[in-house]
Amino acid sequence: MSASVADRRNAIAAKRGNSLRNQRLWALWGSYIALGIFVVMFLVPPFYTLMTSLKSSAEISAQVGSPWLVRHPTLENFWYLITYPNFQRYYLNSVIVTILTVSVSMVISVLAAFSLSRMGFWGSQTLSTSVFLTYLVPPSLLFIPLFQIIGQLGLINNFWCLVILYPTLAVPFCTWIMIGYFSSIPKELDEAALIDGAGYLQMLWKIFIPVAMPGIIAATIFAFTVSWGAFLYPLAYLYTSNQMVLTVGIISDLIRGDVFQWGKIMAACLLASLPPIVIYAFLMDYYVAGLTAGATKG
Amino acid sequence: MADGTNVPVGGLAAASPKGRKTAMQKFAQRRSTTGFLLCLPLILLVACFVVYPAFYAIYLSMLNKKMTAFVGLGNFQFLLKRHTFQLVIFQSCLFAITAVVLKALLGFTLAHLMHNIPGKNQKIWRGLLLVPWVIPLALSTLTWWWMFDPSYSAFNWVLNQFGFANVPWLGVGWIARFCTIAVNVWYGTPFFMIMYLAALKSVPEQLYEASAIDGANAVQKLFFVTLPMMRNIISITVLFSLITTFADFDIVRILTAGGPQDMTHVFATYAFQVGIQSGDIPLGAADSLFMFPILAFAAFFVLRGVTKRTKEIAA
Repeated sequence: MSASVADRRNAIAAKRGNSLRNQRLWALWGSYIALGIFVVMFLVPPFYTLMTSLKSSAEISAQVGSPWLVRHPTLENFWYLITYPNFQRYYLNSVIVTILTVSVSMVISVLAAFSLSRMGFWGSQTLSTSVFLTYLVPPSLLFIPLFQIIGQLGLINNFWCLVILYPTLAVPFCTWIMIGYFSSIPKELDEAALIDGAGYLQMLWKIFIPVAMPGIIAATIFAFTVSWGAFLYPLAYLYTSNQMVLTVGIISDLIRGDVFQWGKIMAACLLASLPPIVIYAFLMDYYVAGLTAGATKG
Repeated sequence: MADGTNVPVGGLAAASPKGRKTAMQKFAQRRSTTGFLLCLPLILLVACFVVYPAFYAIYLSMLNKKMTAFVGLGNFQFLLKRHTFQLVIFQSCLFAITAVVLKALLGFTLAHLMHNIPGKNQKIWRGLLLVPWVIPLALSTLTWWWMFDPSYSAFNWVLNQFGFANVPWLGVGWIARFCTIAVNVWYGTPFFMIMYLAALKSVPEQLYEASAIDGANAVQKLFFVTLPMMRNIISITVLFSLITTFADFDIVRILTAGGPQDMTHVFATYAFQVGIQSGDIPLGAADSLFMFPILAFAAFFVLRGVTKRTKEIAA
């Protein structure tokens, strides 16, 4: 009698456990299926870019059959671009501008963040707040007065103006991320360094930068993203092909009037997106960590 | 000899508090001077290329087209009366609000789905879902343009397969408006997803257990545990996104350049057309400046709410 009650109880418990597990399993599979649908939707444009870039101009203009598939894959678009002097020029300009922007922004923001997180001076609180507010200023708010200022400096149609202007977009957020990372370093570390006779710059170089390396990586990626992908400033301030960077170069060079060389445009988009994709593939974790830490602190 | 040793000791004893104080003061002073010097590049950069241009924009917006005479608020009045500009205000608000709401909802859904699956698989799925956000926007918009192409476009081909007629994606006002919003949602949703995912992970598991013991169902858990815990990060993310969406330039410029019949122009593209392409710098500056009060208003209220809640949590 008692044994059968216990059996029944066990059976009910097992059944309930089973149904809970089933429920969990269903939730899991449902999540995977829904995520799969989203991934497919999100990846449609990149997939189409790849397909078009592999088509010859003849295949695109023939307009037969499904545009989603490539029948005679060819690398002629890529080969054309790699050997096309203008495209090489854009790529080179983009690389120069990005490297300079990233270095300038990182130096400025690391120094400022070090000072704002550790050395209180008159107005340093206000300055940190205004750094955050500066990040909220979008590029399209100030590009017209900047057009005049760049003109007065004689830098219109000169990619050096981008090296001056991109840091204004990158530095506020980089500083903000770095303040967060630097503030989390225990004060005992810098006291120990000061007792050992280290100067401030030594302290920054030997302690703060190595300890806050994840933050440095996140800020660097942010500065890179800003300067590689920016479109408004180069479109407004550059107009000859020897000065253009990739984003505007592709649009103004490969689209002539009503002639769209879609195969070449798509191949150029792929080549131009390659550096960000490679960087994100390896360093995404740092970037996401820095980004979310910055926002949760705000 | 005894005097000789005594005097300096007495002197030292008398002088030492004062001497130490000045040393401390000197240290503090040197510290704050160094601190200021380290911030100087940042201050100069922001002063020269953010603050000065902002005031210069106000000055520019009050000049006439040739920039020879002062016209006060004439440019603003002129813009407000112009039908195209009224369309710009409407479209900017429609574009920003619709896109941000859709991005927030989709991002929230995606974050929840991601939170359901085991941690070791999350990285791969996250990587795949972040692709739209990784490709520079100006370049991916080109692909969208090609997919929206009227004659032999990817979307129209699919529609034809199912027996529907061609849709002039970018040729008709409201459809073009929908297209610009769709591209923006495609680009911006991953950002919301990673922000919300980080927020979801920071909600302590005990709260869910406690609410389960109290008999809360899934919907109640969402509204009484998850959302209140995530309120700060939701408002910050929405603020960031609202500003970048409101000030968006790339998508509209490449996809439609403001057309058809100026129905998709937003502030930034209209300022570009008026100020840079038509050469009416003051009018363009006035147009951009219209964004400022709207953005400042949004930023003020969101940030005030966030600091208030942060203080409540701290208290």
